[in-house]
Amino acid sequence: MIDYLINIILLAFLAITAIAILRIRSLLAVIMLFGIFSLLSAGLFVVLDAADVAFTEAAVGAGISTVLMLATLALTRDHEEKPPAHQPWLPLVVVVITGLALVYGTLDIPAFSDPDAPSQLHVAPRYIEHGLEETGVPNLVTAVLASYRGFDTLGEVTVIFTAGIGVLLLLGRTRRRKPKEDEQ
Amino acid sequence: MKHNLILRVVAKLLIPIIVLFALYVQFHGDFGPGGGFQAGVIFSVAFILYALVYGYETAERVMPESVLRVLASLGVLIYAGTGIATLLLGGNFLDYNVLAGTPLAGQHVGILLVELGVGVTVSSVMLLIFFAFVARGNS
Repeated sequence: MIDYLINIILLAFLAITAIAILRIRSLLAVIMLFGIFSLLSAGLFVVLDAADVAFTEAAVGAGISTVLMLATLALTRDHEEKPPAHQPWLPLVVVVITGLALVYGTLDIPAFSDPDAPSQLHVAPRYIEHGLEETGVPNLVTAVLASYRGFDTLGEVTVIFTAGIGVLLLLGRTRRRKPKEDEQ
Repeated sequence: MKHNLILRVVAKLLIPIIVLFALYVQFHGDFGPGGGFQAGVIFSVAFILYALVYGYETAERVMPESVLRVLASLGVLIYAGTGIATLLLGGNFLDYNVLAGTPLAGQHVGILLVELGVGVTVSSVMLLIFFAFVARGNS
């Protein structure tokens, strides 16, 4: 019951934050609201018992991303030009129809956390039943992430490394020598 | 930021705790929530806080960009190197069972090494990106 109440409150705040992000024109305020949005999502993940995901969301989404976006904002202008002039009716219709189609799609999927759902019957039982004796790691998330799917995680680390290289190539300081030194 | 005495004192108190918490998350990831990704981010936050309060130049002296570049590659190297080591020891790529005497001990060593690689790369890449933005703003 209390879970239900917390979920409703968190989801309501999520919706309010999302609408506020759409309405507000100051980019600084939008970045702050993004941080709040991430923190609320982290709270939702905790209610869903996904502590590892909540941890990542709070550290990366609410923490680092906010700092990096603020740093980006410091390099660019800090407000939008003006609200768009056209009427938003067509986008609204498209969004409502897409949303209805998605809701219609959810009618067919198995109930939330249904143990007989097809996605729970493939490899998950193996991890839960043999994870501890095969890896010796009590935290199943770590066992799956680092051991069973070590190859996946290697790819993720490479993605982060590549992202770092990309940012350095775009923004890193170029060590050009001064023209006078070239002539001498 | 030179005259914000309260900020400077609070940052000085907080930074060791943040680093300690990052190490806890890194090496306790087997037992509680956490792991290399989260620990790397928390570790880099300590240096970002330092850079925000004491200035970019001071932070760059503490953690030079050239060192960060080496560390970012070193993390991926540790991870992939663990895979190569298991190959050389006769197992499959990233099959940790062969790393030590018993399969369980091997898994323990392998997961520890792999998480260490993740943490090193994530923290140094986050710092590199932050420093790149800040240095660009200063110039």
